Amino acid sequence: MIIVDSLTRRYAGFTAVDNVSFTARPGRVTGFLGPNGAGKSTTMRVMVGLTAPTSGSATIDGVRFADLPNPGLEVGVLLDASAQHAGRTGREILTVASDTMGLPRTRVDEMLELVSLTPTEAKRRVRNYSLGMRQRLGIATALLGDPSVLILDEPANGLDPAGIRWMRDLLTGFAGQGGTVLLSSHLLHEIEVIADDLVVIGNGKIVASGSKEELLAAAGTLARSTSPRDLAHALEQAGIASTLAGDGSVRTDADPARVGAVALAAGIALTELRSAEGAGLEDMFLSLTADTQREGVAA
Amino acid sequence: MTATTISPDTIEAAPARRTIRPIPTTRLVKIELRKMFNTRAGLWMLISIGVLSVVATGAVLIFAPDTEITYGSFAAAFGFPMSVILPMIAILGVTSEWSQRSGLTTFTLVPSRGRVIGAKALATLVVGVASMAVAFAVGAVGNLLGSSILGLDTVWDISLATAAQILLGNLVGMAIGFTLGAVLRNSAAAIVGYFVVSLVLPGILALLAQARDWFADLQPWIDWNYTQVTLFDGGTDTAREWAMLGTTTAIWIVAPLVIGLLSLRRSEVK
Repeated sequence: MIIVDSLTRRYAGFTAVDNVSFTARPGRVTGFLGPNGAGKSTTMRVMVGLTAPTSGSATIDGVRFADLPNPGLEVGVLLDASAQHAGRTGREILTVASDTMGLPRTRVDEMLELVSLTPTEAKRRVRNYSLGMRQRLGIATALLGDPSVLILDEPANGLDPAGIRWMRDLLTGFAGQGGTVLLSSHLLHEIEVIADDLVVIGNGKIVASGSKEELLAAAGTLARSTSPRDLAHALEQAGIASTLAGDGSVRTDADPARVGAVALAAGIALTELRSAEGAGLEDMFLSLTADTQREGVAA
Repeated sequence: MTATTISPDTIEAAPARRTIRPIPTTRLVKIELRKMFNTRAGLWMLISIGVLSVVATGAVLIFAPDTEITYGSFAAAFGFPMSVILPMIAILGVTSEWSQRSGLTTFTLVPSRGRVIGAKALATLVVGVASMAVAFAVGAVGNLLGSSILGLDTVWDISLATAAQILLGNLVGMAIGFTLGAVLRNSAAAIVGYFVVSLVLPGILALLAQARDWFADLQPWIDWNYTQVTLFDGGTDTAREWAMLGTTTAIWIVAPLVIGLLSLRRSEVK
């Protein structure tokens, strides 16, 4: 369990992380979302003691990361896959980490196999690795000590589709065994598929947090019909505000059951009716972080 | 045999998690030693220590006149490359964590930065002593070989005390490199910095000493090169000379190192 409590980190002139509090619970994957520069990485760096907080705290199972006797055995961390000595081989990087934690060397081979780095690749220097290979190596380092908590910053970056699928299964399995996973990503679809809980941060502040279902339920309903105008009209008559999107879909804050009932009463055949989950996370993300987006997307 | 029943209390009392021991310092030193030489640059540094000791010894054997086939000549020959390479090893051992960004992993696995830097200091000391032992040994073989080939008496004109001072002189050079590494935390800047304080600075101070009488008396107390060269010559004998070594060490190593470590412990690792 990771508990972040009133965490603030100020730099000269600006506040990167502003009074952030959230909990990542065991047995669940917590997705950490936010636009570029929102404070995700800073928060994660504070969690693992690489950056000192200005105020507030972050604890892992009740202990400050820096006070863990051998952190690698309890918390797997991947903050930046490219932050490795370019002149070391992949195997050597794992060996050094494994020796530091005091693990048997056999663990290195197990991890290389787990992340699908071949023995030949493991002998190459990291300088010659692709981003995807570095991510795999970073994940191997994080998992080396068989930790119960994982903190991963953009782990899917650079992975091929098969790699992304593999990572998703790995993290789901990890959480299924009672592990705590906190991962940040820009790949909203990825997060939507994998995360149980979401924490959304914008301009250093938490703008939303909760279970995925809760947050996405707020996104409302999407309905399609052969005559969208009639549907929108029927909804209006029933006192439900809706918007008619350019693609012929009708969006509303009401739940799908009500929309279906209205359509039935009005005798309108629906061709699609669902909670607006498909585009939900992206819409939610953009509207929640609208004030903090660089592009100034209208909510 | 007695069957033992485990009461529910005992189960609850048992720790749910495995007991985790702190990482011992000896392990950290071993890791840091390994990290000094498991990169291509590090490997070549290590190889060059061996190769240059042999080349320097060979050069004395080939080029030195018969009268110069003494242990002192061999020591002087391997002394120069050592005094350049060893500080480089000390610098890169510290700065690569920042310049190569491997510190992100290192300081996540061992959050106590003070312990990591301490382990690096011990590893640097081990490398310094071991490298000088190799150099002295290769020089000794050269001296024996040279004198027997040329049919001369083997001349051992370096006392144990002098050898110890040469070693200490090299350790001072490494400590300067280590300090620059800890203060600047950037490989290129620290290497340039090392050549500034070891090659440029002595010239300026010597010039100043010539121009100003009052500085001529002061120079041995503040010029670390001055006291290091005295060590290389095995000439640090009197209490006054040791005190000079003490003040130059305090000015160039202890004070900046303390400041560097204080900022290093608080700084962000990115």
